[in-house]
Amino acid sequence: MTTYPENFHYTKEHEWVHVEGDQAVIGITDHAQEELGDIVYVDLPKTGTKLEQGKTFGSVESVKAVSDVYAPVSGEVLEVNESLASTPEQLNSDPHGDAWLVKIRLTAPDEIKQLLTAEDYQKYIDA
Amino acid sequence: MTTAAPLKQTPLHSVHRRLGAKMVDFGGWDMPVQYTGILDEHTAVRERAGLFDVSHMGEIEVRGPEALNLVNYVATNNAAKLKIGQAQYSGLLYDHGGFVDDILVHKVDDDHFFLCVNASNQEKDYDYISTLNRSYKATVEFASDRYAQIAVQGPKALATLQKLTHADLGGIKYYWFTDSEVSGIPARIARTGYTGEDGFELYIAPDEAPQLWTDLLEAGEELGIRPCGLGARNTLRLEAKMALYGHEITASITPFEADLAWIVKMDKGDFAGRQALEKQLQSGVTRKLAGFEMRGRGIGRDGYEVQVDGTPAGWVTSGGPSPTLNKNIGLCYLPAALAEPGRAIQILIRNQPVDAVTVPTPFYKRAK
Repeated sequence: MTTYPENFHYTKEHEWVHVEGDQAVIGITDHAQEELGDIVYVDLPKTGTKLEQGKTFGSVESVKAVSDVYAPVSGEVLEVNESLASTPEQLNSDPHGDAWLVKIRLTAPDEIKQLLTAEDYQKYIDA
Repeated sequence: MTTAAPLKQTPLHSVHRRLGAKMVDFGGWDMPVQYTGILDEHTAVRERAGLFDVSHMGEIEVRGPEALNLVNYVATNNAAKLKIGQAQYSGLLYDHGGFVDDILVHKVDDDHFFLCVNASNQEKDYDYISTLNRSYKATVEFASDRYAQIAVQGPKALATLQKLTHADLGGIKYYWFTDSEVSGIPARIARTGYTGEDGFELYIAPDEAPQLWTDLLEAGEELGIRPCGLGARNTLRLEAKMALYGHEITASITPFEADLAWIVKMDKGDFAGRQALEKQLQSGVTRKLAGFEMRGRGIGRDGYEVQVDGTPAGWVTSGGPSPTLNKNIGLCYLPAALAEPGRAIQILIRNQPVDAVTVPTPFYKRAK
């Protein structure tokens, strides 16, 4: 069974956030990739795009379905994981590591408090 | 809130659970969508063999001296051309020419036809055929409860199945069938399928299904067989451009629009929907099914709008990645005048028009 990193925060829409100072890395959870199956396409915003908490900022597509990705917190995109364009299948193998989606500068750091802890997220998906 | 009816289960339901399949609600049935993964299963069928539980499909038996006349009235293809042991793809149409369903007609005997119909349409089909039967008085039996169906598909399907049967499988031609046994179980063995590969569909008693499934997996193990779910079934059939009810064909689509003129035999005598089709032949078909490939980044999915020169022109009926071709492909309806291969079109993906081009179909055809 997957262990969800304790130092990440999670959403009920199955995104994770790893905060480092005033920046954060965003990705989708292992549970999300498991549910989607073989991921074949990732659509991400450009650097400089402003993300608003709760709003969709991209999509991940598997063979059978499209899934929107929602911003867990607000911020400005500093970096996009370009390698996912050519190897989207990384999202199946390493969703909490190499297959991160975007790095952002937090514009409302307090929003982090609204997110789930690893323990709460695990309970949520087990329910 | 709506209260859903409990999902129906096939006789192989517990086997799928045990194998760790991911299950989904498919038209009211709790069915495996994948086991190891759609891409893995898709490749197994194209290169080796795959095993599918398609027991959710419906079966209807038509018997009696009027059986042929009834079948030939309800279905568009010419069942009179069938020899005993032969099967035929056909359409079940409303009077207005739209599809009730697409079906497989098997001629078991001169006075006995066996119809395989879509899972979610089976009750509707039975009611429709029964209504039309009032003027024929054949015996129409809803027989779905008496059959489980397992499909073995892929270049190694024959080698897999041959280990378990004395029937000469090589002697069964494409779209023919034989009543024999597999693993000592009475089975109807049909050389048919929904993947674009060689293969067989086995009709057996529901109680025997779990044992046969296990035997087939064992027999195919050294040949690389995989249990496959509905996910791979869909990508395989899309590459082969086989129609899916509710997508390419619906109550408001005629066979001519769906590029299925070959299953309509206008010269065989009267049949349900014939008048409407005749009218459509005279006035001309206004929309047609076309294949497309994405050119821009993105995947055109079922239901997405299709545009030509920035104007709404049609819709995607089925779309997704093609694992065999490594392209994003799909089928769509377009105005008949715009449906020929080579036309630049756009698929509206999340409100952005993305370039695509119409292409000849099928997308994939196996080497003979």
